[in-house]
Amino acid sequence: MEEQSPFGGATHFVGLDNFRSLFADPRYLGSFQTTLVFSALVTVSGLVISLVLAATANRVGKSKPIYQTLLIWPYAVPPAIAAVLWSFLFNPSIGLITYGLEKVGITWNHAINPGQAMFLVVLASVWQQISYNFVFFSAGLQAIPKSLSEAAAIDGAGPLRRFFDIVLPLLSPTTFFLLVVNIVYAFFYTFPVIDAATGGGPVQATMTLVYKIYLEGFTNFDLGTSGAQSVILMAIVIGLTVIQFKYIERRVQYG
Amino acid sequence: MIESRPIDKLLCHAVLVLGVLFVAFPLYIALVTATLTAQQAIQVPLPLAPGPHLWANIVDVWQHGAGNAAYPFGTMMENSFIMAIGITLGKLVISVISAYSIVYFRFPLRNVFFWAIFVTLMLPVEVRIFPTVSVIANLRLINTYGGLIVPLIASATSTFLFRQFFLALPDELVEAARVDGAGPMRFFWDVALPLSKTIIAALFVIDFIYGWNQYLWPILATNVPQMTTAVVGVKAMMGNGDVSTPWQLVMAATLLTMLPPLVVVMAMQRWFVRGLIESEK
Repeated sequence: MEEQSPFGGATHFVGLDNFRSLFADPRYLGSFQTTLVFSALVTVSGLVISLVLAATANRVGKSKPIYQTLLIWPYAVPPAIAAVLWSFLFNPSIGLITYGLEKVGITWNHAINPGQAMFLVVLASVWQQISYNFVFFSAGLQAIPKSLSEAAAIDGAGPLRRFFDIVLPLLSPTTFFLLVVNIVYAFFYTFPVIDAATGGGPVQATMTLVYKIYLEGFTNFDLGTSGAQSVILMAIVIGLTVIQFKYIERRVQYG
Repeated sequence: MIESRPIDKLLCHAVLVLGVLFVAFPLYIALVTATLTAQQAIQVPLPLAPGPHLWANIVDVWQHGAGNAAYPFGTMMENSFIMAIGITLGKLVISVISAYSIVYFRFPLRNVFFWAIFVTLMLPVEVRIFPTVSVIANLRLINTYGGLIVPLIASATSTFLFRQFFLALPDELVEAARVDGAGPMRFFWDVALPLSKTIIAALFVIDFIYGWNQYLWPILATNVPQMTTAVVGVKAMMGNGDVSTPWQLVMAATLLTMLPPLVVVMAMQRWFVRGLIESEK
């Protein structure tokens, strides 16, 4: 709520001006939209992929621990490093995948093409987050009694039917929990991925809210606007936390 | 046991192998690239078979760094290590002590403290960067290990986890200890702490990875190459990612950076999985 000159010389109180100008700024609203699209893509694709993997791993029996170990390790990879790895593969001039895409007639350059830049950051974030979701889905699946699926099998339900009618509904607490965690992850913890892969560009295509705060505060030294954005973001985190807590209380009752 | 047709099994394995390949592909390419010469690394398409230069590249980057981070990578690894261990130990000590005091002592404003810990620390560093940076700058902690470590050691999740655990300890334990004449310190050292060994192991894994993987905070809290961490260093080496990037060295550095957290996760997989799930309950 204050305006400050970059070197901290003068500070004066401007009330809610910073907030007002933020919500009048099409670039800020654009960044809001970018964040929403990005989070939705990361959350949905991350959850679907890891659920499929966890559900199949749950059916293979003896070899399950091997797959588990092989799928868990990206959790240990720093997000910035994940972004470096994928940007190397998708490097516009020398990347291996770029080369492959060229062969099938797609020109890849995420430094120019906004859609491709978005795809790259989503891919790197999802790749990093799969292992985490996988651990939770595996634990959730293990907690579902085998007898339920067996009973359904006796009644003639096939594997897909059993999955959608029995496993999925029983798994909904885990799914909901992961939904919140993944949204929080996409909103706040993907800063390294974006910074290392695209730097918010091209033309704001991957400029999420967190990245914008960083850029405006530390590169443009506009502390007032940046601070106002922090406050808005804080409100979002607190909101998400409250949702998560409500849900935890509910689960305790049911459990 | 449910009927299982062979075709089902085959399909499951196919899906899983696909998943493993997706997950492992970037790692394999990094490994291959790190074994090539500078010319080979920017060849199109990239050779898919490893070459013999892995060790030479690792030594090169360890001693001289690369690209925009032309500073010995060994130092950055050391910084990362000190930072990660510092954060891990700090988090464990602070959270176990604060949880113990919240559960076993009755003092004024106890609940206020609990909620203050909880609400304020839910906020990721990314959201509270300005206040944190200005505090650290005013304390003249920029470019010190203290500045890297201290702002990150407060941990709501760990505190909460220990609190739950202490609450679940039966009252009889406390009573028995008191009958035997043990004070609060004695009870802490001889009963509470040994019982929480598994939690400590699990949190160790999670916190170590958290500390090692930090990215934004080291960028803000340091501005000299001798205090940079490994993760930040790798990103700096990559630069703009154009052809002049020495990719074979960047990938060698990437492998080195991934190694410590990978070792920790693999060696402690059992505790890690349990800790991850427990800490989110």
